[in-house]
Amino acid sequence: MKTRREFIKISTVAAGGLAMVKPALSWAPDFLKKDIKPLDESKAQRFPTFCEVCFWKCAGFTYLNKEGNIQKIIGNEKDPHSNGRFCPRGTGGVGMYYDNDRLKTPLKRVAGKNGEGPSFKEISWDEAFDDIAANMKKIAKEHGPESMALLYHASSGSYFKHLMKAYGTKNIAKPSYAQCLGPREAGFVATYGAGISSPEPTDIKNTQCLVLIGNHVGENMHNGYVQEVADAIERGVTIVTVDPRFSTIASKSKYWLPIKPATDMALLLAWIHVIIYDELYNKKYVEQYTFGLDELKSHVKNFTPEWAYTKTDIDPKDIRDTAYEMAKAAPAAIVHPGRHTTWYGDDTQRTRAIAILNALLGSYGKKGGWYFPEKKKVPAFPHPEYPHPHWTWKDITRKTYKSAGTGISNDLIKASLPSNKSEHKIKGWFVVGTNLLTTVPDQKITKEAIANLDFMVVVDTMPAEITGYADIILPECTYLERYDDIRSSQHRFPNIALRMPAAKPRFNSKPGWWMAKQIAERLDLGEYFAYDTVEEELDWKFKQMGTSLEEMQKVGVKQFTKEKELYLEDGEEYYFNTDTGKIELYSLDLEAKGYDPMPKYTEHRQPDQNFYRLIYGRAPMHTFGRTSNNPNLTDLMSENKLWVNPKVAKIWGLAADQEIWLQNQDGKLSSFPIKVRITERIRHDSVYMVHGFGSAKGELSRAYGRGASDSELITNVKYDPIMGGTGMRENFVTFLTDNPHKEAKEAARKEANS
Amino acid sequence: MTEEIITSGRDIPFIDPVLNIWHWQIPLYLYLGGIAAALVFFSAYFYIRGRGNELKTSVQIAPMLAPVVIVIGLLALLLDLRHPAYFWQLYTTIRFNSPMSWGAWTLGLIMPLSIIWPLTYLKEIQKYYEKNKFFSGILEWLERMINMIKPVKSLIEWFTVNRYFLAWVNIILAVILGVYTGILLSAFNARPLWNTSILGPLFLTSGLSTGAAVIMWWSRSAKERIIFSRIDLLLIAVEGFFIIHLFMGFLASGAVQIEAAELFLGGEFTAIFWIGVVVIGLILPAMLETMELFGYHIPISIPAILILVGGLIFRFVMVEAGQITRYLY
Amino acid sequence: MRYGMAMDTRKCVGCSDCVVACQTENNVPLGYARDWIVESTVGTYPNLDMEIRSERCNHCDNTPCVRTCPTGASHVIEGGIVKVTPEECIGCGACIQACPYDARYFHPDGYVDKCTFCDHRVAKGQTTACVAVCPTKSLTFGDLDDPNSDVSRLLRDRKWKVLAPEAGTKPQVFFLT
Repeated sequence: MKTRREFIKISTVAAGGLAMVKPALSWAPDFLKKDIKPLDESKAQRFPTFCEVCFWKCAGFTYLNKEGNIQKIIGNEKDPHSNGRFCPRGTGGVGMYYDNDRLKTPLKRVAGKNGEGPSFKEISWDEAFDDIAANMKKIAKEHGPESMALLYHASSGSYFKHLMKAYGTKNIAKPSYAQCLGPREAGFVATYGAGISSPEPTDIKNTQCLVLIGNHVGENMHNGYVQEVADAIERGVTIVTVDPRFSTIASKSKYWLPIKPATDMALLLAWIHVIIYDELYNKKYVEQYTFGLDELKSHVKNFTPEWAYTKTDIDPKDIRDTAYEMAKAAPAAIVHPGRHTTWYGDDTQRTRAIAILNALLGSYGKKGGWYFPEKKKVPAFPHPEYPHPHWTWKDITRKTYKSAGTGISNDLIKASLPSNKSEHKIKGWFVVGTNLLTTVPDQKITKEAIANLDFMVVVDTMPAEITGYADIILPECTYLERYDDIRSSQHRFPNIALRMPAAKPRFNSKPGWWMAKQIAERLDLGEYFAYDTVEEELDWKFKQMGTSLEEMQKVGVKQFTKEKELYLEDGEEYYFNTDTGKIELYSLDLEAKGYDPMPKYTEHRQPDQNFYRLIYGRAPMHTFGRTSNNPNLTDLMSENKLWVNPKVAKIWGLAADQEIWLQNQDGKLSSFPIKVRITERIRHDSVYMVHGFGSAKGELSRAYGRGASDSELITNVKYDPIMGGTGMRENFVTFLTDNPHKEAKEAARKEANS
Repeated sequence: MTEEIITSGRDIPFIDPVLNIWHWQIPLYLYLGGIAAALVFFSAYFYIRGRGNELKTSVQIAPMLAPVVIVIGLLALLLDLRHPAYFWQLYTTIRFNSPMSWGAWTLGLIMPLSIIWPLTYLKEIQKYYEKNKFFSGILEWLERMINMIKPVKSLIEWFTVNRYFLAWVNIILAVILGVYTGILLSAFNARPLWNTSILGPLFLTSGLSTGAAVIMWWSRSAKERIIFSRIDLLLIAVEGFFIIHLFMGFLASGAVQIEAAELFLGGEFTAIFWIGVVVIGLILPAMLETMELFGYHIPISIPAILILVGGLIFRFVMVEAGQITRYLY
Repeated sequence: MRYGMAMDTRKCVGCSDCVVACQTENNVPLGYARDWIVESTVGTYPNLDMEIRSERCNHCDNTPCVRTCPTGASHVIEGGIVKVTPEECIGCGACIQACPYDARYFHPDGYVDKCTFCDHRVAKGQTTACVAVCPTKSLTFGDLDDPNSDVSRLLRDRKWKVLAPEAGTKPQVFFLT
C-alpha cells in the first residue's frame, strides 16, 4: 500500500510539481492561508464593562481583535451576577455595536405628529441641545418644571434623573415598576416592611425546595439566577413549578402543576391552609417574628385543597404533597415571587400571599431561603441642593394607588392626557432607553398622551417605535462605547463594577452623561455637573468608595466585605419595618389604606368560546424589543411563533408554521401575521408567544414584520388598586386565517370604485 | 405519544431543513460516468472476444463518444465543487478509503485511454463516415494534426499494435468506473437510502444498460442491434432483480432504512420512481425489445430513448431522495 | 490524550449561549452555526417530558467524514480532534454527506467548516468557547484518557447516551441524561 508521501515522490514529475505546492504552503504568508486566526486572549486588549442588553448588568470584559475592533465579550469571574459566564444576550452584545440600523445622528421632527414616515431632519448636537433647553425653559415658565417627566430604563438614566431633579421635577418613573415588578415590591413591603429589589436575595445556592409561580427561569435568562437554579438542579433540589405552560423549568421540576390561568391565588391560599392546619409552619419563627397568625388562620379556613381544585384544576393530592415538600425543606425553602407580576389586577395581594407563605415556612432571613443583601452606597458628586418641586408623582398617584413605591409610568402618561384638567399636568417627556409603546399596555392611551404633549425628547440607541413620536431624537452610543455611572448591586457581599468604552462611538452617537451635562449647561444648571470629564467624576466616586478609576479599569469588579450578617441567628431579635415591627401576616398598613389586610380569592375572567388567553413570556436569547434587531441574536431566533395546543389546531384546521392574524376581545387586530407552533406544551385555553417581536418600524431591518406584537393586543388593562400596576393577562385572542388588512383594503377599494 | 423536535438557532443554507448540497451536477456526472464506463467496457470486451469487425459500432465507433461524455461529466463535477480553485488537490494524494479519490484517479486514467482507443481506429471511423462531408472533414483535420506531432503519432501506433493490452486495462478501469458510481453513494453510511452494498452493482448494471442502449441506437448493422438488444434485455432483468432486492433489504433493516424505502412506497418519490424509472426505463423498453425479438418491427430509437431517460431519472431520484434520508430526527 | 465532551441535558435550558459564543470566538459567519440546540418533547398535555441538547460535531473515533475525504483536507489531529484544512478542501461535499449528525456545512468562502473543539484554545490549556460560556455549566470538556478529569468522572457517575450509535461512528460527545 503506497503511502501518501511515497506517491508524491513518484508522481512529482507527472504532476508537474503540483505536489510541491502543498508543503510549500506551510510558509505561505497569512493571506494565502484560510485558517482562522482566533484571538490570543493573553495578548488581546480588553476593557471592563457591564452589560446593558438586559437589566441584570453582568460585568465582563470586551476584547478587541488584532485590527482593534470589538471581537467578543467574556464575563468577569469576580462578578457575582455572572460568575465569569455571560448569557447569550451578553455574548451577542457585540451585535448591538455592529448593528447598522442604529440611530446615527440627532434628529428633529419637522412634519406634523403622525408617528409615521421620515419626517425627521438631521441636526447638530448644538442645535438639538439648544432646542431641548429652550423647550424645557418654556415648559418651566408656562406650567412649572414639575410638568416635565422622565421615563427611563437605560443605565444612563441616572444622569438624566440627576438633571431632572436639578431642573426641578421629581416626576420620574421606570416602567419596570408598574409594568413589571411593582406588585411584588408592594406585596413584600406590606408584609416584611422591605421590598426585594434586584437581583433578588433568594439563597437558591443553599435551598432545598424552590417553588416557582409563573416564573419561567431558563427562558428568562437572569444570569446569576439561572446559574444558581442550574446548580440546584444538579444538587437534586425539589423544584415545584406552577405554570399553565410546560416551560423549560417545568420539564426539570419534580412537580409541575399545570394550573388553570388566573387562579394562582386559590393555590396559594390552599397552601397556606395546609401549612397552617396541618401545623407544618415553623412555630418558633412564626411565634417570634410574625403578627396576625390567628386572623390568617380563620381567614383561610375554607380554602382547602379540594376547594382549590375546583378553581385551579390541580389535584388536591398534588397541592398537599407540594405543601409538605415545602415544609420538609423549610427554612431552606423559597417560594419565589417572580419578577413580572403584573397579571390580573390583584397582583400585590398575590405576592402578599407568597410573602406570607415564605414567612410561615420561616425562610425569610434564613439560609436556603432569603438572605439579607448588602449594597455599597455610591456617593453623589458634590452638587448644589436640588430645588423643591411644588408637586410630585405622589400627588397624582398616591390618591388612588396608596402603596405605590415610586413613580408610576402609566399615571404620568395619563397625566399628559387632554382629559387631565387638574393642576398636576405633565406637558413634556424625556424618554431614555425605553420603548413605551410596547412596554405600557393600551397603546391608544399612550398615543393620545403623546399627541397632547408640548415636547418630547427620546434618547435611545435604536430607532424603536417610540422614536417615531419624538420631537427630538438623541442617538446614544451603545454601552460598549461609553462610561456610565458605577454599578453598585445588592448581593451576598457589596460589589461595584465599572463600565468603560472599548471603542469610539460609531456614527455621530454620544454617551448619555455627556448629553445630560450639555443640557444642564444650557439650562444654567452647570454646577450640578461640576466636572469636566466623566473620568473625573467616576474617579472621585471610586476614591470615596476605597478604590480608584485606575484600579477599576484593570479589574472591572471590586468586592467589599459585608458589614451585616447574611442570615438571622436562631432567635435573634429583629425589627421589621412594619407598623407592628413584625412580619405582618395581617397587614395593618393595607387595612389603614382601605385595602384587604389579607389576600382574598377573586374569580377572574376566562376566555369566551373561540378565544384563547394571550400569555406572553421571554426567550433566553432575546431581551424583548431591545434585541429584536441585533444581528447575532436574530440569527438565533428571528421571529416569535404562537404556541397552540394540537386539539385547538385541529379545530381550526391549522398546519405547522401556518401564518395567522390575531384579533383580541376588543376587536384590535395584529398588524402582522404570526406563524403557528403546534405543541402539546400549552393548555387548550391559552396561546403563548414571546414578547418583543412584530416591530412596525421599517428602519429596523431585522425586526420589521417578524412575528406578531403582543403589546398591540393588550388593550384590556387590569390596574392594581394598591400600587397602580398594569395587569396584562386578561386579554384574549381569536384567530384569523385570512389577512384581515387585505380584506379591509379591498373593501375600501370596492367602496371607492362603486 | 407525540414527539416534537425543534432545532433552534440553526438554518444553514443547503443543510437545513433537509440536506440538499448536491443538485443536478452529481446525478448528471454519475449518469455520464455510467455511459462512458459501458462504452469502454463493451468495446474492450468484444474486442477481446475477437468480434471487433462483426460488432463495428460497439468496438470501433461508439467509444469515441466516451471521452466527450467524460469531459461533460467532469465539467459538471467541477461546477459542483464549492472550492473549485483547489480542485487539483485531488491529484496530490490517493486515499484508498475514499471512493471519491478512487473515482478521481480512475477518471484521470480512463480519460486519456478513452481518447487513445478511438484514435487507434481513426481509419475505420473515417470509412464509416465517408458519406458525411462535414464529419469527414473534421476527421481528416484530426489525422493531419496527429501526423504532425511525432510523439503522439508513435504513441497511437504503439497502442494500435498492442490493442489487446489496452483492452484489458480498459475493461478493468471500466468496471471500476461503473461500480464506483454506485459505491460512491453507498459509502455514505449516514444516508440510509444509499448505504446498501447493492447500489454499486445496481449502478453498474444501469450504466451498462444505458451504454448498450447508445450502441444499439448508433449501430448500422441489424445483427449488432439484435445482439445488443438481447444484452440489454438481460441487463434490464438483472436490474429489476437488484431493485427488488434493494427494497427487500431496506424493509428488513432498521427504522431509518424502512423510512427511506417508504419514500418510494407511498412517499413523495413513489410516482417518479415507479413510473419514470421502472416503467419508462425498464418495463416498457423490455416489452418493446421482446416484441422485436418476436418479429414485430419497432424503431430502435424508442426503446433506446426510454432506457436513456429512465437511467437519468434514476440517478436524479437517488441523489435527491438520498439526501433527505437521515439517522436523526 | 483523547478529548471529549459531556453535555448535561438535565441542566441545559437551551439558551443558545454556546451557539453565539462559538460564533464570536471563531468568526463563524452569521447564518451558520457550528453548534445548535435541539429540544425534544414527548407526550400529551399535561403528561409531558422534554429533553434539551446542545449538539455539535462529535469528533468521532470512527470518522466517516475523514475516511471519505478525497484530498485529506479532513483529518484528525492530536487528541482526536477532527479538523478541516481549508486550502486542501475542494468543496465536494462528500464529508457533509458522510456525517450522520449534519455537523458540517459549506463556509461561504467555499470550504467545509465545523466545530473544531476550539483547538486553538485547547493548545493553550484553555477550554472550548462553548464550555467556558455556558451559564448552567452543562458542558464539560476534557481528556477522556485521564480518569481524574471532570469528563471522565461525569461519565462514571451519570447515565449517558450518544447520538445515533447505530451509525457506528463512535462519537465522543456524551449526553448525560
